[in-house]
Amino acid sequence: MTGIDQIRRDAARRFAELGYLTTRDEEWRFTNVSPIAKTHFSEAFSDLSAPERAQLDGRLSPSKGGLRLVFINGRYAPELSARKLSRGIRATPLQEANGAVEAHLARYASYQDRAFVALNTANFGDGACIEIPKGTVVEEPIHLVFLATGGEAPVISHPRSLIVLGPASQATVVESYLGHGARYFTNAVTEIVAGGHSVLDHYKLQEEDERSFHVATLQVQIGRDASFSTHSISLGGGLVRNDINAVLAEGTEATVNGLYLVSGSQHVDNHTAIDHAMPHGTSHELYKGILGGTSAAVFSGKIIVRPGAQKTDARQTNKNLVLSEDATINTKPELQIHADDVRCTHGATIGQLDQDAIFYLRSRGIAREQARELLTYAFARDIIDRVKVEPLRARLERILVERLHAGRN
Amino acid sequence: MALLEIRNLHASVSGKEILRGIDLTVGAGELHAIMGPNGSGKSTLAQVLAGRDLYEVTEGQVWYDGKDLLSMPPEQRAQEGIFMAFQYPVEIPGVSNMYFLKTALNTVRKSRGLEELDAMDFLTLAREKLALVEMDPAFLNRPVNAGFSGGEKKRNEILQMAVLEPRLAILDETDSGLDIDALKIVASGVNALRNPERAMIVVTHYQRLLNYIVPDRVHVLADGRIVKSGDKNLALEVEESGYAGVGEAVAA
Repeated sequence: MTGIDQIRRDAARRFAELGYLTTRDEEWRFTNVSPIAKTHFSEAFSDLSAPERAQLDGRLSPSKGGLRLVFINGRYAPELSARKLSRGIRATPLQEANGAVEAHLARYASYQDRAFVALNTANFGDGACIEIPKGTVVEEPIHLVFLATGGEAPVISHPRSLIVLGPASQATVVESYLGHGARYFTNAVTEIVAGGHSVLDHYKLQEEDERSFHVATLQVQIGRDASFSTHSISLGGGLVRNDINAVLAEGTEATVNGLYLVSGSQHVDNHTAIDHAMPHGTSHELYKGILGGTSAAVFSGKIIVRPGAQKTDARQTNKNLVLSEDATINTKPELQIHADDVRCTHGATIGQLDQDAIFYLRSRGIAREQARELLTYAFARDIIDRVKVEPLRARLERILVERLHAGRN
Repeated sequence: MALLEIRNLHASVSGKEILRGIDLTVGAGELHAIMGPNGSGKSTLAQVLAGRDLYEVTEGQVWYDGKDLLSMPPEQRAQEGIFMAFQYPVEIPGVSNMYFLKTALNTVRKSRGLEELDAMDFLTLAREKLALVEMDPAFLNRPVNAGFSGGEKKRNEILQMAVLEPRLAILDETDSGLDIDALKIVASGVNALRNPERAMIVVTHYQRLLNYIVPDRVHVLADGRIVKSGDKNLALEVEESGYAGVGEAVAA
């Protein structure tokens, strides 16, 4: 692990240089992280009380039966994990992995210019490593669960995941972030390396405590003719920032979808960057947001088409449903196109519930509040419907219905 | 007692008066046609009865089954048995027709003290009603009106009426945009739903629909008032001499 130790030291030095970014930085213009910078965090204990364990068991239930790695405050919790290994699949804490770690860890998520990645790289704990051998199809979803337990004093954890798919392999990975307790900070980094002709369906479900901070970077390197999809669902967290950076090879197909449901004083920022480095790549991106209360959301979608990346087909859509007069949305597409035979489209909408549709439903006997819930659910539905992991989809449907019914959005 | 009694109804939109004193009485089992040129206020009347809040009622009263209709929110009117078929049915992507119909029916049933239908019973009922408007059961799985043709949207309105079984149905230009085949299907659906307890108000610009849905009474609306009332022959008169002709007859 000497290589890793060196990287950690470099990352720590780099973070000391970069520090927490301010809103003067274009990438952080609409998200002020000074509440994070001002808080003194300490390392958290990884013990769970009996009620905490019971609550966790309840929330983990949809993933029973599959492969599951659970981390509490960044520390691997073997007693809550299920490692049913077969056909050479490796799902291990990072310490136990070696080959993949040496070859890939911290090679893609740049700690040179990204402060939170540097902070994570310098400090991550056990972390998860998933390796799918060449030609292997893993039917059951692989679950990575990161639980944060804040205490009296603010605590910090740095979940770290490395997912390596061999050529022509196939897998589904679900990352879940949950937590409770007053103030804590989850600073996660996931690196994915998908080999040529591989198929990976990735999901991230963020259900952090609403007083917490959550910053996460997903860095994806997708191989030639591979197919990658990710769905990022943000439900919790007080101050949330998700970065997704995907680099596509020739003939790669990437789907990057997201849903954010924010209310109260939540702030959720989604930054995506899709890098068409080679020709014949396709990317489809659809982010939808529902905003209530005094919440704020940010969407920034960067699409880069490198010189020579001809026949690129990139589509980006961001749709927002604003349910309150006091909510704020900032949405920004950014297209950098350096090739001439490409198709790139983008669109953003910000709207309210359709009053004609509300009246239509009411005229059929459906009460106003129920009509609003129904229409709000309908807005989110096309993202939920794309979730292929059935228990996860069912869970999302239930959460959404409950939240809308509680009138929080 | 009449099922619906409108007395001196005045209504405005953004300060502009559209209805300028409507009086109309509709009894159970009757079918009244309201005809009039564009801008005469006939769609406004339909919308006011359904409870659209874009319109402000400035004067007058509406009694429905002895109750003050204007004090009820739209959903309560529907629960009490009022149904308006929209001139422009609203598209609702993300909500299936099945879910919409079942939710509406069960809400209305609940308000009437009836048991809610489960999925199986609802499907049986829906299939029977679909046949009435010659719609394929696949319609149930499509989002409400989204991507429907004009004719499909209008048939979907009649389907909703058939499922909800209102006591007073108001059809707002249900014939507009329909070809003759679709018009016949819609009309036969409407006729199948006529019964001695149910009243209907058919709002239309053209007499054509009334060849297929024969009214008991016809009223001609002009400039926010009913200027002439008669039996079904009045519709033919309008067809021959136009609204201007009928208006002159009144003025004379």
